[in-house]
Amino acid sequence: MLNIYAQTYSGFDYAMIDELLTEEQINIRQSIRAWINRDIISHIEDWAQNATFHPEIMQQLGQMGCLGPHIPKEYGGGGLDTITYGIIMQELERADSGIRSCASVQSSLVMYPIWKFGSEQQKQKFLPLLSTGEYIGSFGLTEPNHGSNPNGMECRVKKVQGGYLLNGNKMWITNSPICHLAVVWAKDENNYVIGLIVERAMQGFSTPTIHEKWSLRTSITGELVFQDVFIPEENILPNAKGLKAPLSCLSSARYGISWGAIGAAMDCLHSALEYSKDRYQFDKPLAAFQLTQKRLAEFITEITQAQLLSFRIGQLINSGKATPAQISMAKRNNVEMALRIARESRQICGAMGITGAFPMMRHAMNLESVITYEGTHEVHLLITGMDITGINAF
Amino acid sequence: MKFLVCISLVPDTTTKISFVDNDTKFNNDKVQWILNPYDEWYALVRALELKEANGGTVTVVNVGPAANDQVIRKALAIGADDAIRIDGSDDLDSYGIAANIAAVAKEGAYDLVLLGKETISYNGSNIGGMVAEILGQPFISYATSLDLNGNTAKISREIEGGKEIVEANAPFVLSAAKGMAEQRIPNMKGIMQAKTKPLKVVPATATPTLTSTVKYELPPAKAAVKLISPDNVEELVTLLHNEAKVI
Ligand SMILES: Cc1cc2nc3c(=O)[nH]c(=O)nc-3n(C[C@H](O)[C@H](O)[C@H](O)COP(=O)(O)OP(=O)(O)OC[C@H]3O[C@@H](n4cnc5c(N)ncnc54)[C@H](O)[C@@H]3O)c2cc1C
Ligand SMILES: Cc1cc2nc3c(=O)[nH]c(=O)nc-3n(C[C@H](O)[C@H](O)[C@H](O)COP(=O)(O)OP(=O)(O)OC[C@H]3O[C@@H](n4cnc5c(N)ncnc54)[C@H](O)[C@@H]3O)c2cc1C
Repeated sequence: MLNIYAQTYSGFDYAMIDELLTEEQINIRQSIRAWINRDIISHIEDWAQNATFHPEIMQQLGQMGCLGPHIPKEYGGGGLDTITYGIIMQELERADSGIRSCASVQSSLVMYPIWKFGSEQQKQKFLPLLSTGEYIGSFGLTEPNHGSNPNGMECRVKKVQGGYLLNGNKMWITNSPICHLAVVWAKDENNYVIGLIVERAMQGFSTPTIHEKWSLRTSITGELVFQDVFIPEENILPNAKGLKAPLSCLSSARYGISWGAIGAAMDCLHSALEYSKDRYQFDKPLAAFQLTQKRLAEFITEITQAQLLSFRIGQLINSGKATPAQISMAKRNNVEMALRIARESRQICGAMGITGAFPMMRHAMNLESVITYEGTHEVHLLITGMDITGINAF
Repeated sequence: MKFLVCISLVPDTTTKISFVDNDTKFNNDKVQWILNPYDEWYALVRALELKEANGGTVTVVNVGPAANDQVIRKALAIGADDAIRIDGSDDLDSYGIAANIAAVAKEGAYDLVLLGKETISYNGSNIGGMVAEILGQPFISYATSLDLNGNTAKISREIEGGKEIVEANAPFVLSAAKGMAEQRIPNMKGIMQAKTKPLKVVPATATPTLTSTVKYELPPAKAAVKLISPDNVEELVTLLHNEAKVI
C-alpha cells in the first residue's frame, strides 16, 4: 500500500524550536528520517495490515544508533543527551508506534535498568549486545492481575543456594516472544521488589505470543511465564531497590513517548494537510473550507504546544531537575493530542482516510495502546492530581 | 590509495525555486541544502568501499562558503576521513571551481579523483573533465562500476543500448553514475565522530571568469486546463493537433 505523501514529510516547526537544537541533533533527525523513508515507510502498511513483526528491524535500529542512544558509549550506547533521545523517538513513531516501541523498550526498559542498577559485569556482558540489536530484550512488570497497580505483583522469588527460584506470570510484554533476555520485577520473601535478568535458555522460562491485537500490529507482544526458573545470583540487578527502580525506567520511556506521539501526530497532519490541498469538493480544495481549516489550525497549535512541553522536560531531565509528575503530564497530554489528531485528520480524508493509503487509522489504532501502556491516561491524571493537591486519589 | 571525492551542495528537491538580481542569481533564501546525490550515494560510497577493502584514505572537497560546513560534515559522518573546503564564493564559474579542485588534488597527490556524473541542480557535468584536463589525467565519465586491482582499474560505463568496459591506471578522474554503489545513511556514531574529524579551510585562488549567467528562466507556468465536452471529439482532435501539437 502506498502512502503518497510519505516521501515529502518534513515535520512541523511552527515555534522554530529547531533553532534550539544542535547541528548533530538535526543531522541525526535527518538520518533517521532518510532511513525510515528508504527502508520502512513503503512496507509499514503491509506489515501492519498483516500483523507481521520483522525482528531484523532490531539490528537496523542498532545499526542506526537507536538502541540505547542515551547509554554511555563505553557500553555501546550513543552517549547522547535526552533531547536527542526524544528526537529519535519522534522520528521512529512518525513511521509507526510499533517501531518506536521496540526502540523504547530496548533503550529505556532494558538497557537503562541494566546500566542504572546492574553490576559492572552485567553491563559489560549485556549492554553492547543490546545496543547492536543482536540481543533483544523485554521488560516484565505488568501481570495478568496487576497493571496500573504493579505493587500488587504476584511474581515471587525464593532464595535458594547460589541464587533464586522465580515463579509467576507477566503479561502484555513487548518483544517477549523473541527476546533473548527479560528484565523482570518480582517480590522476594520480604515483599521487597527486586530486578532480575532472565535469559532465554533458562529452564522453566517460556514466552507465549498474544494474538489478534488491533493495535501495534508491527510489534510483537506476549507473556513471560516462569515455572521454578533458577536465577543465579549474578543475574540479580544489585542496585535495584524496591518498586522505585522499575518506575524510574518508566520515567525514561514515558518521556520518549511524549516525543514519539508528536511524530505520529505530525505524520497525520502532514497527510491531511496535503490531501486537503489536493482534493476538491464543491469546486474548492477541502483546505478552503473553514471547517477544514479549523481542524488543521487546531492540529498545528496542539502539536506546537506538545513540542514545547517535551523540549522543556528534556532540558529539565538533562539538568537533573525533572520530576516524574512532570513527565507524566507530558506523556498524557501528548498521547491524547496525537490520538485526537489521528482520528480527526482521518475524517479530513473522507473515505480514502480509512485505507492504508493514509497512515491515520494505523496511528490511531497504535495510539490506543500508547495511551494505555507506560501508565494509563487516567493514572497519569491522578499523578498530576496528587502532585498539585498532595492527596493520593488512586 | 588516496581518494579525493568532490562534493557539491544542491537544493533539497522540495525547494521552491526562485531567482533574484533580475533573474541572474539563484535565490538562496530559506533553501535547505543537501549533498548532491551523485556525489554522495555513488562517488563517495564507492571510494569508502574501496578504502575499506584495500586501505587508504578518503578526503572530500567542496568549493563554497562557511555555511556549507554543516552539509560537508554529513560526508564525514558517512565515513570520509577528512574534508577540505576551498573558501570560495558561489560566484565562481565551473572553470574556477575545477581549477581550485585541481590545485587541491595536485597538492595532495591523490590517486583517484571521484565525483558524481552531474549535480541535480545545474546538471553541468563539466567539472570532472576540466579537473582531469588541468591535472593532465584521463577522465572516465558516467561510470557505473569501479574495481581496483593494485593500480589498475576496471570500469564499466553505461552507453546507449549497452555497456562499455574500460581499463585505466591511476591516477585518473572518474564521474560516477547510478549503480556504482548504494546510498549509505550516516548513523549516530558517524555523526558524532564527524564532529572531531578535520575540516580544513583553504582560500580559493582567483581564476578568470570564463562564463557567467546572464539570465535564469523558470519553465512557463502551467496554462489553465481546457475542458472539451465528450461529444465534441472533433474539436479535441483539432486542439491536440494545432495547439498541443502532440498528434
Ligand atoms: C501493546 C502493549 C504493550 C505493552 N508492553 C508492556 C511491556 O513491555 N512491559 C510491561 O510490563 N507492560 C507492558 N504493557 C502493559 C501496560 O503497561 C498495561 O496495559 C498498563 O499498565 C495498564 O494495565 P492494565 O492493562 O492491566 O489495565 P488496568 O490496570 O486493569 O486498568 C484498566 C482501566 O482502569 C483504569 N484504572 C486503573 N486504576 C484506576 C484508578 N485507581 N482510578 C481510576 N482508573 C483506574 C485504567 O486507567 C484503565 O483505564 C503493554 C501493554 C500493551 C497494550
Ligand atoms: C466503507 C465505505 C462504504 C461506502 N459505501 C458507499 C456506497 O455503497 N455507495 C455510495 O454511493 N457511497 C459509499 N461510500 C462513500 C461515502 O458516502 C463517501 O465516502 C462520503 O460521502 C464522503 O465522501 P468522500 O469520501 O469523497 O469525502 P469528501 O467529500 O472528499 O470529504 C472529505 C472531508 O471534507 C469534508 N468536507 C467536504 N465538503 C465540505 C464543505 N463544504 N465544508 C466543510 N467540510 C467539507 C468532509 O466532511 C470530509 O471530512 C462508502 C464509503 C465507505 C468508507
